[in-house]
Amino acid sequence: MADAKVIPFGDEPRSKRRAKRPARGGRTGRAAAPLAPVPPQRDEAQQASAPLEGGGEQAAAAPRQEQAEGGWDRKLAHGLNFLRRRITGEYEVDDFGYDKELTDQVVLSLLRPFKEKYFRVEVKGIENIPDKGAALIVANHSGTLPVDGLMLQVAVHDHHPAARHVRMLAADLVFVLPLINELSRKLGHTLACAEDAQKLLERGEVVGVMPEGFKGIGKPFSERYKLQRFGRGGFVSTALRAGAPIVPCSIVGAEEIYPMLGNSKTLARLLGFPYFPLTPTFPWLGPLGVVPLPTKWTIQFGEPIPTDGYPPEAADDPMLMFNLTDQVRETIQHTLYKLLVQRRSVFF
Amino acid sequence: MGRVVLVTGVARQLGGRFVRRIQREPDVDRVIGVDAVPPAHRLGGAEFVRADIRHPTIGKVLAEHAVDTVVHMDVNGTPLGKRGSRATVKETNVIGTMQLLGACQKTPSVKRLVVKSSTSVYGSAPRDPAVFTETTPPKSLPGGGFAKDAVEVEGYVRGFARRRPDVAVCVLRFANILGPCADSPLAEYFSLPVLPTVLGFDPRLQFVHEEDAIEVLRIATGEPVRGTLNSGTFNIAGDGVLLLSQAARRLGRPTLPFFLPTVTWVGSALRSVGVLDFSPEQIRLLTHGRVVQTTQMRETLGFQPRYTTAEAFADFARSRGAGLLPPETLARTVDRIAALMPAGRGQN
Repeated sequence: MADAKVIPFGDEPRSKRRAKRPARGGRTGRAAAPLAPVPPQRDEAQQASAPLEGGGEQAAAAPRQEQAEGGWDRKLAHGLNFLRRRITGEYEVDDFGYDKELTDQVVLSLLRPFKEKYFRVEVKGIENIPDKGAALIVANHSGTLPVDGLMLQVAVHDHHPAARHVRMLAADLVFVLPLINELSRKLGHTLACAEDAQKLLERGEVVGVMPEGFKGIGKPFSERYKLQRFGRGGFVSTALRAGAPIVPCSIVGAEEIYPMLGNSKTLARLLGFPYFPLTPTFPWLGPLGVVPLPTKWTIQFGEPIPTDGYPPEAADDPMLMFNLTDQVRETIQHTLYKLLVQRRSVFF
Repeated sequence: MGRVVLVTGVARQLGGRFVRRIQREPDVDRVIGVDAVPPAHRLGGAEFVRADIRHPTIGKVLAEHAVDTVVHMDVNGTPLGKRGSRATVKETNVIGTMQLLGACQKTPSVKRLVVKSSTSVYGSAPRDPAVFTETTPPKSLPGGGFAKDAVEVEGYVRGFARRRPDVAVCVLRFANILGPCADSPLAEYFSLPVLPTVLGFDPRLQFVHEEDAIEVLRIATGEPVRGTLNSGTFNIAGDGVLLLSQAARRLGRPTLPFFLPTVTWVGSALRSVGVLDFSPEQIRLLTHGRVVQTTQMRETLGFQPRYTTAEAFADFARSRGAGLLPPETLARTVDRIAALMPAGRGQN
């Protein structure tokens, strides 16, 4: 079953890649030949494209060509409308600084090629995330840079039938760094603290957390796919207080994007970072070293663990916390091993 | 017998407006306005007593007029007029509050105390939760300036509430007050032709409209309506959030980003030429932003602001006139481009 899914994914990108390039150039305003089949524009073709994504590529190509002329008009008008709203400031952000419009129309569109073409993310078990209401996605963390969090966000948005937005919880370092904090807030991320997580869950959002934190993302390559300690299990009590189900999530492939062979503690201390990675390419090749390896990813969501059956005081019961934390951790670890066994190679 | 209300800080715009408003309350007999300098605006039928709250004379005023409600609004970030120094303001804030509270404690007729505080008591730090509630302890206590004054003032007020449990004490933590008459440092900042910002940070801001501020002060001053409670500490802010970039666009003023280390220099340079009183805490606010939760205000205090953050800002923007890049002009330009484009013709 897993193989059957992998094969079409492997050769699909190439055909798609050829199709997309001319479209890209035209989109920036050159209004060049609308010859190539235009891939559906995400923002407006959201509903239309989601079911097409899998197999209907050829079937959809013909009508799309006919629509191309009108589609361009629409897209341009849409783009100008978007520009108009942006430059006049007429858009909404929520209390956490989440800019839905910018996320949907710009940032996710920029991240999508990475998800679809570069890492070829395969998503399994998306139905475990509820269509409505709060849920807490708990995922493993790896890869030196938090690319896995971004890919998780894009993957859930693109694959979930309700196109849900995951509100990731990020480390405090993110909110200290200029530009990164700005982008992170606009993408809907917030500080990983119980207050923020609880508020988001109470609003019925899907919240994503990677409880391993820096221990997970900054672990050496030799320890890949070995889950680190899950913090103090604070995420469990937050989920219990909000009565939100916990969805375990295992991400395979992110470990190998930047194989961290060494860690320069001196540089890390100088820069105030928790670790300073030394990979085969970074920092030796300079900016080239920041290019991640094009590994093949799988994101698997597990069965949700309900938390609404507990009495209110359960959130303060340390034994229950440890048990639930262990249950989530074990589930993720076992799924990781299972996925690793199924994986044919790191890159395909 | 009606109530006798004493209001401090009436020489300021907000204090003057509040005095004029509170006289119209049916159960208010007399209003006494107190300030160290005579107000430039009219106080209606209120009596003005020129007294410095830093001196014990304030106790005599309280006893003489048998005051039962004290509204302490003389907690300010900036000196009144151009001449005052920061040291005087601090002294009025801290020593003035101490004297006033001491006088209140000695005056048995005082039954209600309302203090105008500020949400700056929460500070602004990247490691804080995104939304503050009344009980959130600040991660980094404000190190100086108005925020520290406000923290100290609140400390004295808590002490007073312990010593005089028979007095109903209400502390209102206002977000930045904006409106057509606003004379706060933030209003001055938004009146600059080009807004200096911090590179890579887009703070979330919240505003209260002046009218809402006066209305909530009125609610806190009177007897509580059935089902509400008007003693305690409340965050006061309009609904919603504006990002600084968004605010600048709506105002039509271009922004000029500076690196965080240089911003302090720019701030002190602007301050020394007298263009703008830009304190380090203002810079922190414009770096990390601050958002408070207003559930207590709605549910316990029973106050629904008439203006959202965006509406309060729009009202302020109207009073300030057009900036260098008025949003209407930009919108028209985009519309014109849209009309020129062959694609846009059918749409607009």
